[in-house]
Amino acid sequence: MPEPILAVTGVSKTYKGGFTALHDLDLTIHKGEIFALLGPNGAGKTTLISIICGIVTPSTGTIRVAGHDALTDYKAARSRIGLVPQELSVDMFETVLATVTFSRRLFGRSGHSAYIEQVLRDLSLWDKRHAKIMELSGGMKRRVLIAKALAHEPEILFLDEPTAGVDVALRRDMWKLVHRLRERGTTVILTTHYIEEAEEMADRVGVINKGKLLLVDEKTALMQKLGKRELELTVVEPLDAVPDGLERWQLSLANEGKTLRYVFDSTEEDTGIPSLLSALADRHIAFKDLETSKSSLEDIFVELVGERA
Amino acid sequence: MNLHGIWAIYRFEMARSLRTLWQSLVGPVLTTSLYFIVFGGAIGSRMQSVDGVGYGSFIVPGLIMLSLLTQSVGNASIGIYFPKFTGTMFELLSAPISAMELVLGYVGAAATKSVVIGAIILATSAFFVPIRVVHPGAMIAFLLLTSVAFSLFGFILGIWAKSFEQLNFVPLLLLTPLTFLGGSFYSIDLLPQPWRTISLFNPVVYLISGFRWSFFGQGDVDIVVSLAVALAFLVTCLAIVAWIFKSGWRLKN
Repeated sequence: MPEPILAVTGVSKTYKGGFTALHDLDLTIHKGEIFALLGPNGAGKTTLISIICGIVTPSTGTIRVAGHDALTDYKAARSRIGLVPQELSVDMFETVLATVTFSRRLFGRSGHSAYIEQVLRDLSLWDKRHAKIMELSGGMKRRVLIAKALAHEPEILFLDEPTAGVDVALRRDMWKLVHRLRERGTTVILTTHYIEEAEEMADRVGVINKGKLLLVDEKTALMQKLGKRELELTVVEPLDAVPDGLERWQLSLANEGKTLRYVFDSTEEDTGIPSLLSALADRHIAFKDLETSKSSLEDIFVELVGERA
Repeated sequence: MNLHGIWAIYRFEMARSLRTLWQSLVGPVLTTSLYFIVFGGAIGSRMQSVDGVGYGSFIVPGLIMLSLLTQSVGNASIGIYFPKFTGTMFELLSAPISAMELVLGYVGAAATKSVVIGAIILATSAFFVPIRVVHPGAMIAFLLLTSVAFSLFGFILGIWAKSFEQLNFVPLLLLTPLTFLGGSFYSIDLLPQPWRTISLFNPVVYLISGFRWSFFGQGDVDIVVSLAVALAFLVTCLAIVAWIFKSGWRLKN
């Protein structure tokens, strides 16, 4: 089996004040995948990224980037990583071209103009290359941060909340960019609390809360395993309460008694739907509409965070 | 060694000064001219020579040292404080660049700017008073040593500072008084006791004295002592910078 592009082993972080941001965390990332780290605010996502990138010192644990130890062989490790931070942290007095060239050189590369031109064109920044960053819109500034992170041709790109506060069009553009990067073989690790972002882009998903990695799984497998389905029955006559004798389905009433809701596990052999419909017929409860829906990654996330917190 | 990284920081810092080139050049020239008008013209004409050197010429090394110290500290401190202020420090910390390389970039640029300004002041002085340099090699060595040492000091100050107020605090309340009381405009031999002895605790005295020795072949203290103090200051600053990067103090959480 090929060596993972990133291996985090037993990493924890306790700050001087005694607050523990990460607890003994293990994570393995494979080359070329898109990994989404989901978690609420303060879960430890940014701390984990900061430790991997060398911005924060871990209290315990090891990090290996393409086989290189991130502490003892930090130059080899860091030269493979690009980071797009959550905040719009960029020197506002610089021009786009100057700041991107600076980033490329800082990471040990010569000022390769053809590659920088390509990156700027990919991000629709080429026409703005001589503009000062302070003159750009918020969305454009975020593109500049991505260009800076990509300037040294990293093998791993970290996107920390990449679409926080950006409009829908830019969000879609970024998703396209991430897919293009994956096609070129770049590993992308993104943190987000927008579930749709993970659902749209990720191959695998990790859920983190209170500094603990609750689970890591393939996105589709996760949704299959934990995905619950919901049956909604619109009854003809509104009900005051769930009728007696239907307790085993744990139904709930919604929409002022017009909707009966049943949550079932689609992977079970007996979903309980035929028997429920039969039980309703026995009680002369007629319905005029029936609809099933699949729980989203968001539902799974909320459930996980709620259950295991 | 990450030479591209060092070069990137050096270029970036130099470019920042070039954006304010007019201010960078005119400031020292104007200030030096004013000092010569006030001290050289108005006061100096009424003063006797100091240690056989005309007063106007006597203050040249002190004037250069005054600017060298303030410029070195100012340039280096703002250079490293600015990424902290704008939040771009993350890029420096996540880059494959060692502490020594980072220091070479920032301190190298700050020292370069200080030396250039020192040279401008020297050239400006030549318009007002006769200049002679007895030990040009020593003068250049002192110029470089002082600018590097105080750029390192400024670098430490920039990392320590949490606000612009703190950034200005040390140069204004510590460096400027020490420089003025360090014999920039007088020989400490002219001071009565106990002020002369007290002055010997001021490290700037040794820098100015050593620099003045390179001009006139004489100073307030022995040249070897001056050199030793300058080197000791440099080594102390280097040790502090090394500790900062090892511990991550005020840089990493």
